[in-house]
Amino acid sequence: MSAFVAIVWREVQRGYVGGGALLPVAFFLLVATLFPFAIGPDAAVLARVGGGVIWAAALLAALLPVERLVAPDAESGVLDQLVVRGVSMVTVALAKTLGHWLAFTPPLLAAAVLAAGLLGLSAEQVLQVEISLLIGTPGLAALAVATGALVAGLRGAGAIAGLLMLPVAVPLLIFGAGSLTGGAGALQLLGAVSLLLVAGAPALAGAAIRAGRD
Amino acid sequence: MSPALRLERVACLRGGRLLFEGVDVTLGPAEALVVTGPNGVGKSSLLRIAAGLLRASAGTVTREGKVALADDALALDEEQPLGRALGFWGRIDGGAPAAALAATGLEALAAVPVRWLSTGQRRRAGLARLHAAGAPIWLLDEPGNGLDADGLAMLAGLVAAHRAAGGLVLAATHLPLDWPNTGGLAL
Repeated sequence: MSAFVAIVWREVQRGYVGGGALLPVAFFLLVATLFPFAIGPDAAVLARVGGGVIWAAALLAALLPVERLVAPDAESGVLDQLVVRGVSMVTVALAKTLGHWLAFTPPLLAAAVLAAGLLGLSAEQVLQVEISLLIGTPGLAALAVATGALVAGLRGAGAIAGLLMLPVAVPLLIFGAGSLTGGAGALQLLGAVSLLLVAGAPALAGAAIRAGRD
Repeated sequence: MSPALRLERVACLRGGRLLFEGVDVTLGPAEALVVTGPNGVGKSSLLRIAAGLLRASAGTVTREGKVALADDALALDEEQPLGRALGFWGRIDGGAPAAALAATGLEALAAVPVRWLSTGQRRRAGLARLHAAGAPIWLLDEPGNGLDADGLAMLAGLVAAHRAAGGLVLAATHLPLDWPNTGGLAL
């Protein structure tokens, strides 16, 4: 089996077996439930802002696993062992992105249906939210891995990860939430941003891992 | 292709300090070299340069053949049972974790999570990962640390069998390693 497949499989296992995938989802639901408390139970208002709330909650939930994506492997020597075997760090970052996406997205999509119910979204809106999350999450996963690689080994990595990742994720939020009201154009732009992140972030992550080794 | 490891006029600069320079190492099939020296002299750095994990500040490194490295970092998932943790590397290397567990005296511990292993058992687990990689070039950083008398004999046996099969070994240690027909290099 190639190293790529082995790493993807390991990430998926770690996401589900270690309970790593459930914590962000619980956090996501919690954030989504905070908004009705904050802005009041007006059903019309909630239905209007609901899609945006779900996207903001997804973004915050995506931050939670960042610290465990790269740093533990750098510390335990797994990355060194992969280097010794001639596996490029860009390949590792791509495999981690795919594995993380596979572990993170299905529970998130399921939880988004629940959150949509709490916020009183219509069936049509729920479908739109699900499609936009499906398109946006690959970019979010790539960004999470790259951020994890950049902050690996730093003290207070979690807080720095938030400062690094959230500003870069704003385009995903704009087009993701925008696609719920703005129609097809926003969805295409969301796809473009997501694709750009998937293509670019692994190279950044690979360079960050290499720089962190010296 | 017969394995070979060559370091020519290698120097290492770490944090603005010159650890060593002009180090030459030439190893061919069945050969072994033990690098000795006090703490902080750059033994581990020399091994990481040989492994390609660290760039040499000067000089050239040539590796012919696959490399396996056993150092302080175990590189096994702590929460996984030992057998499955080794299985991850087995899937990449195509080696046989079961045979490696038997060779290092760990066959009874395959179902035990890695984080429960003792210091000596962890060291053996690292050697099992090295053994299972099936690489002709072995790089060992302080391989004797934490091993009991049995473990040291097992290590010497592994190294002898590896060399008999045409493999080569570069080890760094501050403990005396009693291996026959082994070259020495004092940093």
